[in-house]
Amino acid sequence: MTTPGRPAEHPFLEIKDLGVAFPTEDGLVRAVEGVSLSIERGRTLAIVGESGSGKSVTAQAIMGLIDRKIATVTGEIWLDGQELIGLPADDLQALRGAQVAMIFQDPMSSLHPFYRVGDQITEAINAHRSIRAKAARAMALEMLRRVGIPAPERRIDDYPHQLSGGMRQRVMIAMALINAPKMLIADEPTTALDVTVQAQILELITSLQDEFGITVIMITHDLGIVADVADDVAVMYGGRIVEVAPTGVLYAQPEMPYTLGLLSSIPRMDRELSVRLEPIPGNPPSPIHLPLGCVFQPRCMYSDRVAGGACLSVRPDLLATAAGHLVRCHLPAEERRQISQGVLNVLAGGS
Amino acid sequence: MTTETREILRVSDLRTYFPVRSHGLIRRVIGQVKAVDGVSFSVGSAETLGLVGESGSGKTTVARSVLMLVRPTSGQIVIDGQEITHLSSKALMPMRRKAQMIFQDPYNALNPRHTVGGIIGAPYRIQGIEPPGGVRAAVQALMERVGLNPEHYNRYPNEFSGGQRQRIGIARAVALRPKLIVCDEPVSALDVSIQAQIINLLRDLQHEFGLSYLFVAHDLAVVRQISHRVAVMYLGHLMEMAPRETIYAAPLHPYTHSLLSAVPIPDPKLQKGRSRIVLEGDLPSPINPPSGCVFRTRCFQAQERCSVEVPPLIEVAPGHHVACHFPVATLPAGVGTARAMPETQPGVPVRRPQPASGQVSSAQLDCLPADGRPDFTRLRPRVRVGRSL
Ligand SMILES: Nc1ncnc2c1ncn2[C@@H]1O[C@H](COP(=O)(O)OP(=O)(O)OP(=O)(O)O)[C@@H](O)[C@H]1O
Ligand SMILES: Nc1ncnc2c1ncn2[C@@H]1O[C@H](COP(=O)(O)OP(=O)(O)O)[C@@H](O)[C@H]1O
Ligand code: SF4
Ligand code: SF4
Ligand SMILES: [Mg+2]
Ligand SMILES: [Mg+2]
Repeated sequence: MTTPGRPAEHPFLEIKDLGVAFPTEDGLVRAVEGVSLSIERGRTLAIVGESGSGKSVTAQAIMGLIDRKIATVTGEIWLDGQELIGLPADDLQALRGAQVAMIFQDPMSSLHPFYRVGDQITEAINAHRSIRAKAARAMALEMLRRVGIPAPERRIDDYPHQLSGGMRQRVMIAMALINAPKMLIADEPTTALDVTVQAQILELITSLQDEFGITVIMITHDLGIVADVADDVAVMYGGRIVEVAPTGVLYAQPEMPYTLGLLSSIPRMDRELSVRLEPIPGNPPSPIHLPLGCVFQPRCMYSDRVAGGACLSVRPDLLATAAGHLVRCHLPAEERRQISQGVLNVLAGGS
Repeated sequence: MTTETREILRVSDLRTYFPVRSHGLIRRVIGQVKAVDGVSFSVGSAETLGLVGESGSGKTTVARSVLMLVRPTSGQIVIDGQEITHLSSKALMPMRRKAQMIFQDPYNALNPRHTVGGIIGAPYRIQGIEPPGGVRAAVQALMERVGLNPEHYNRYPNEFSGGQRQRIGIARAVALRPKLIVCDEPVSALDVSIQAQIINLLRDLQHEFGLSYLFVAHDLAVVRQISHRVAVMYLGHLMEMAPRETIYAAPLHPYTHSLLSAVPIPDPKLQKGRSRIVLEGDLPSPINPPSGCVFRTRCFQAQERCSVEVPPLIEVAPGHHVACHFPVATLPAGVGTARAMPETQPGVPVRRPQPASGQVSSAQLDCLPADGRPDFTRLRPRVRVGRSL
């Protein structure tokens, strides 16, 4: 990890009170509300949550990819001291690739089916600087080698369909990194891949991060991947962040009932088989008809412990419970920790 | 499961090949995809056999062949004492009472134009069975049992979430009280909190009705949760089959080791610093599979003999079958298994070590040459310990 010795005076990325809403025929889809986050340079933040929780929309907002004609975006996004929201499209375009790059679950969302992969990479280079074709091709070749494409000189003139899923994922990563971005946003980059190929891609991302010192946002629904790669974790539910913590803390001392529910739901290969899975009852909320109080309330086992029915009517704030650890829940911290230790004991096979 | 339990399903030397045709007008058959190439296993009464393997290994083809949804090329399939591969579609009808299927995609498996009541009740109508109290009462009882609101009898699938649709599929599958349910990735498309609901439901139904499951999935942690025994498949062949405890705690096949080591454990104390066996490259083409052992092009143990001799599936201990010339009992400490992990302090972010020499791991991530032929000079044991400690 190449963290520069000089401590940055501001976080590399800082998001303040981000909101994204899509007006639709069925009503206003409040995809993301009140999301605040910050990431220090060179670190890996995982955003974890179930489908529809707002992970991808958050990522698209950072990338400036949300079409302002179909959505309203509010709040602030500061990237290395520069405010992105409201930036003209041309400036955003210049930032993408050079400052922040993104990779997706489906590599074909970045790759054009009709062009050779090498040409697509050199085009990405040319979008940000003008160099000779020969030099660009050499750069592309080198990057393909870096991301572990075998015999890249033979693959550089292939079309995407000639490559396997794992290789396409690597080509997309090569294209994302070709302009040496300072930040990489990976939106479920391995969800469609087998575990064996997932292992290759995760190794690749972490080793490239070690090499280039880039800041990474890893979006996933897999708590195993979070444990593997992340320094810090933000848990999203119903369009908001409900808990943020250093990775070790999130697994050892989680406090938000939703996080506890997630940890109790996942089957784990290292756990006693006698431990029954404890699913979260019910389904995630509709982003059009969000509950009035805590968005997790309809599925929460502990809401009746909060005095005055606040969970039903008052939105809890995301508040610090310890350094670097934020929780969005009305329960008193003491009680949350008690509940949490009880749940973790059961999971550990105790009673 | 004890060995004396009655066999509900026996599959012997199953082969299912698909023709590969040329492009153009004549579309000659120019080859075969050997999707399943000589697979044998059995499933006992009230037992779950998990079937795992990478995408394209042939799991779905096994599942569909077992129910004759695709005609096997050769081999025998015996369901509850009856051999079915020679039966005509019509003669298969009574068998469908005994064996049912649950699919992966809860969105496409249900006809959008039929009501939930119609979908769950269809097996009664198709088989001409009038359950006691009538179809509607039986269907509503089933809906209640699988956790659906019986008042939603007349609703359409698009009004239900993915998890609820999977419950509809399950209700339809258990309607005729079958003995065997073939489940093809039944929870893969669901969010984790919903996955756990469905896994628990399947387990409860198994106990209640004495169901046997052939449970196909690629998620090894899910399979461990639900299976009594597990079979590991690769490129149309079984690599290893054993009781669950054995597969997860004492596997012998290099492929099983690789798969297990690749699954990230959701606990940073265990996962950070754990090493995995990075399998090289991709699954070879099933049209032109490697000679000898089909896994040899990606195997860290491969030796000369593996390219000439097909390793037979041998029972090395009671119930433990392995197809490998050079099985691996133990791996270097910290590699692969979920145990023997270094302690790190909770809450202290772990810094990843820099790669040892100037070498980055992309070199180790090298795939195989495009022609799929192995390069024996490169096929040294490649257990990566780079990220440990
Ligand atoms: N109808 C078909 N015609 C031709 N080839 C087929 C057909 N069905 C499957 N195959 C091929 O057979 C092989 C095995 O496919 P199968 O769907 O059984 O794999 P799987 O293990 O279920 O994979 P996944 O995990 O992706 O579902 C693959 O190479 C596939 O392309
Ligand atoms: N273009 C759009 N129009 C309307 N709703 C959208 C649009 N994009 C996303 N949404 C909604 O916003 C919510 C969050 O979506 P998303 O960020 O994609 O979730 P995920 O956490 O699965 O990545 C979902 O309810 C989704 O349906
Ligand atoms: S605020 Fe209330 S409903 Fe929400 S998580 Fe906390 S206890 Fe549960
Ligand atoms: S050691 Fe040989 S036989 Fe065994 S899995 Fe590897 S290649 Fe196959
Ligand atoms: Mg998404
Ligand atoms: Mg399949």
